[in-house]
Amino acid sequence: MTTEQAILNGIAVFLTLCIFSFLYRDNPFYKFAERLVAGVATGYWTMLLYHTNFTDKVLTPIFVRGQLHYIIPALLGVLMWTRFSKKYAWLSRYSIAFYIGISSGVTITVTLYTFLFKQLQATIGMPITADYAGINTFLIVLAVVSALVYFFFSLPHKGAIGTVSRIGIYVIMIGFGAGFGMTVMGRIALLVQRVIFINDYVRGLVAFIGGS
Amino acid sequence: MSFLEKMMLIDRRWIYLSIGLAVIIPVVVQFEVPVSVSPEVKKIYDFVENLNAGDYLFIAVDYDPSSMAELNPMAEAVLNQAFAKDLKVIIVTLAQFGPGMVEDLTTRLAAAHHRVRGEDYVFLGYRPYPAITIMLMGINFRVPFPVDHYSVPLDSMPMMRDIRNFADVKAVIDFTAGNTADFWITYGVGRFDFPLAIGITGVMAADYYQYLQSGQIFGIIPGVKGAAEYEQLVGFPGKGKEQMAYQVIAHSVIIAFILISNIAYFATRKQKQQLGGGR
Repeated sequence: MTTEQAILNGIAVFLTLCIFSFLYRDNPFYKFAERLVAGVATGYWTMLLYHTNFTDKVLTPIFVRGQLHYIIPALLGVLMWTRFSKKYAWLSRYSIAFYIGISSGVTITVTLYTFLFKQLQATIGMPITADYAGINTFLIVLAVVSALVYFFFSLPHKGAIGTVSRIGIYVIMIGFGAGFGMTVMGRIALLVQRVIFINDYVRGLVAFIGGS
Repeated sequence: MSFLEKMMLIDRRWIYLSIGLAVIIPVVVQFEVPVSVSPEVKKIYDFVENLNAGDYLFIAVDYDPSSMAELNPMAEAVLNQAFAKDLKVIIVTLAQFGPGMVEDLTTRLAAAHHRVRGEDYVFLGYRPYPAITIMLMGINFRVPFPVDHYSVPLDSMPMMRDIRNFADVKAVIDFTAGNTADFWITYGVGRFDFPLAIGITGVMAADYYQYLQSGQIFGIIPGVKGAAEYEQLVGFPGKGKEQMAYQVIAHSVIIAFILISNIAYFATRKQKQQLGGGR
């Protein structure tokens, strides 16, 4: 560990502890760290967007390469800012209309294809076999149908429909359970990573002080 | 007040403290947890392993520091494997704080494997609006990224000379902590039909297995467990495998709390019913 690493990682350890202090209760250390994150993130992103987008997509094409057609999207972007004026806010509708039109045209077909048709095709097209794969197929079809029936409100959930709907709610709960279990793992991973970082820092610092 | 009633009213800070103390145990007593490899992780490993030296692999690092605990280990393991196999790697990020993640990974791993930027790998950089960026890359990488992250024109790089779009890469592997995976599946695979695998956070995992079953993706690395599995396959013990010991201890404490609180709930409910109260 170098002196630079000792100082910079020391700041990181201090800020980590500041954030964790919120688990006890809200306090000035937590507020300081929280505001620092917000400030640094805003500054970083603003400059990143300026250099990777405004420069590359507006300034360079128009003023360096002379590609004047880039003025059209740039102008549509400028019109979005008129929303801050009561008098000229209507001008922003042109940009919004253009954006919604493009987005809808691009999105609707691929979204239907990806999230509906491909999923339906995969569920319908599964082979029914007399082995473990067949059991999986049966469970997937049962889960899909019963979960759909649970959200089908045009018939009362009584008798056979009620039974299938009941299976549907269990299927949904199993899904939530799996999601919750994975969420716990993810959240613990965040804590563990910081614990490992602090542990590595303390060990490194002890070795650094002992060696110098 | 009985012990069980006290457990029903326990201050949440005792739970935080218990978890906090529990995850310190592996710091003091170090032990290794055996990791079994899932088929969905093995598929990605096998795919990369079966590529030939010089083949192109496209990697999207779509996460920021808040998710690096889970995603950095898996991205590191895949990049290690790719560099070790002498693959040409094209990297992009669609997360605003992604450039820092990529630079950290490539700086360390390229140096370890003696790989040169522009010859063995390229970092295209960051662009906002993932859907638009993915679709433009499907036409030509040069449309959204005429120059790379370091302002070097793509055409001036030897490795990018004959590479135009996703049709020229063997697969895309996306490491993501948000809905960028949806964009890759919808606007990437949906429009350009290339092989896609994803490495995702634990929170997202349950929502994305359906795409594995439908064949829209060919593999998933789910959360830190998936990262540990990949590290085991690559033979590179990293932060993923290191985290598993902590996970086991923390999960045991959480399971203990869930069991105690459920026992307490049912026991106190029974007592209330006997006294004529409760439901």
